Amino acid sequence: MPIPGIPTLTRRSDAGLSLGLGRGLTRRGVIGLGLAGAAALAIPAPSFAMTDDDARALIDKAIADVNGAIESGKTGPALYAVFEQIFTKYADVPTIARSALGTASRQATPAQMNQFTTAFRGYVARKYGSRFREFIGAKFEVQDAEPVKSFYEVTTTAFLRGRNPFNVVWQVSDKSGRPLFFNIIIEGVNMLAAERTEIGAMLDQQQGDIDGLIRSVQAAG
Amino acid sequence: MGVGRRVALTVVAVAGLAGCGVQDPQPTGIHDPYEGVNRGVHAFNKGFDTVVFKAPPGKPRTIDNAFVRSVSNAGSNLGLPGKVVNSILQGRPAPAMMNTFRFLVNTTVGIGGLFDPAGTAMNLPEQDTDFGETLAVWGVHEGDYVELPLFGPSTARDAVGRVVDIAMNPLGGLQGTAATAATATRIAGKAADRKIHGDVIESVLYDSADSYSQSRLMYLQNRRYHLAGQETKNDANTWDPYTDPAQ
Repeated sequence: MPIPGIPTLTRRSDAGLSLGLGRGLTRRGVIGLGLAGAAALAIPAPSFAMTDDDARALIDKAIADVNGAIESGKTGPALYAVFEQIFTKYADVPTIARSALGTASRQATPAQMNQFTTAFRGYVARKYGSRFREFIGAKFEVQDAEPVKSFYEVTTTAFLRGRNPFNVVWQVSDKSGRPLFFNIIIEGVNMLAAERTEIGAMLDQQQGDIDGLIRSVQAAG
Repeated sequence: MGVGRRVALTVVAVAGLAGCGVQDPQPTGIHDPYEGVNRGVHAFNKGFDTVVFKAPPGKPRTIDNAFVRSVSNAGSNLGLPGKVVNSILQGRPAPAMMNTFRFLVNTTVGIGGLFDPAGTAMNLPEQDTDFGETLAVWGVHEGDYVELPLFGPSTARDAVGRVVDIAMNPLGGLQGTAATAATATRIAGKAADRKIHGDVIESVLYDSADSYSQSRLMYLQNRRYHLAGQETKNDANTWDPYTDPAQ
């Protein structure tokens, strides 16, 4: 009655996780061209109020790009490279990386933060690209977008043939200056929380040495 | 399983519940006072998985073909009667009816559960539940985190649930060869599930810097999400990295 080691995670309503990494750009581009955009550039970041529609549009675009990447027929490293581009385009990678690093980010130099962020971006694309291969091909349907705390949550349902549909929540913020997602929660499993745990464990293995951590992250995934 | 043994298991289970307490239906955080012991069990489980299931280097971690699916289907099919009982105990008739219908269709049209016509043709996927969930519905506290030998990550409440599920399994009424066949099928089904989800499971177990912490976190988050149902969100557990990114 086993399945040692790891539990029901994957069986639980067949949820599993599909970190299809995606995101949509667009809208802010349009806004950015306008006068309001010009004015906003003069003011620091958190400029316009983002709306439900902006958050939803971002995720729609992201999902479309992920599906496009999968339909391209690419596999392995070629596919991960596309995922990395999508992740860069639609996710607030610097914020995700800093949050994953946790309190250690206060000790890191700007140069280390840059290196870590770059390494982290590739790591995420490789790790989730391969981990969730079985969920490739899932069709996402956007259910709803609503404000939570200072950001938006876009709730989507992923459909995969012969399985219970599973729930994927994308957390979107425009605090970086434009709408970008910073977290994905699949059937309750929080990617940011998982990476904080994982990066923390890697940093412990390096006895807190950030340069050592950067090398581990470059090699992992 | 004899009636005497069932009663004994139930007594053990109920005694175990004393450790869970009743209240706090929305647990957060990680309560792992037995982490040392749990890590030992985790090492054992990982060793077992390495020997029995782990894909050889260069070979695909996930194996998902018609044969493996059939074994998985047959195993899950035998788990359905127990799920029906639990849904009834939870006062949830809809999943009880869906799983009953699913069991009837797959056992007959699906040839003893080898195929899944209910899921593929009738849009009746399995409604997963267990006695741990029944206890949660009854208001039993989650209790401490534990990692069980062979079963993997669990909580005090869910560990008790596992014992009760085994004790009250409606298929426990089977005798002799039929009982042995049913047990063997269920174990084979779990092994098939392990291979079907090989990519995810092996990524967590063998590629993580700390597979114990990763599986603990994922189990608790996913389990709590499942038990909270659709009406509750995890917002309380969510933090805003823009407020204090380094937090």
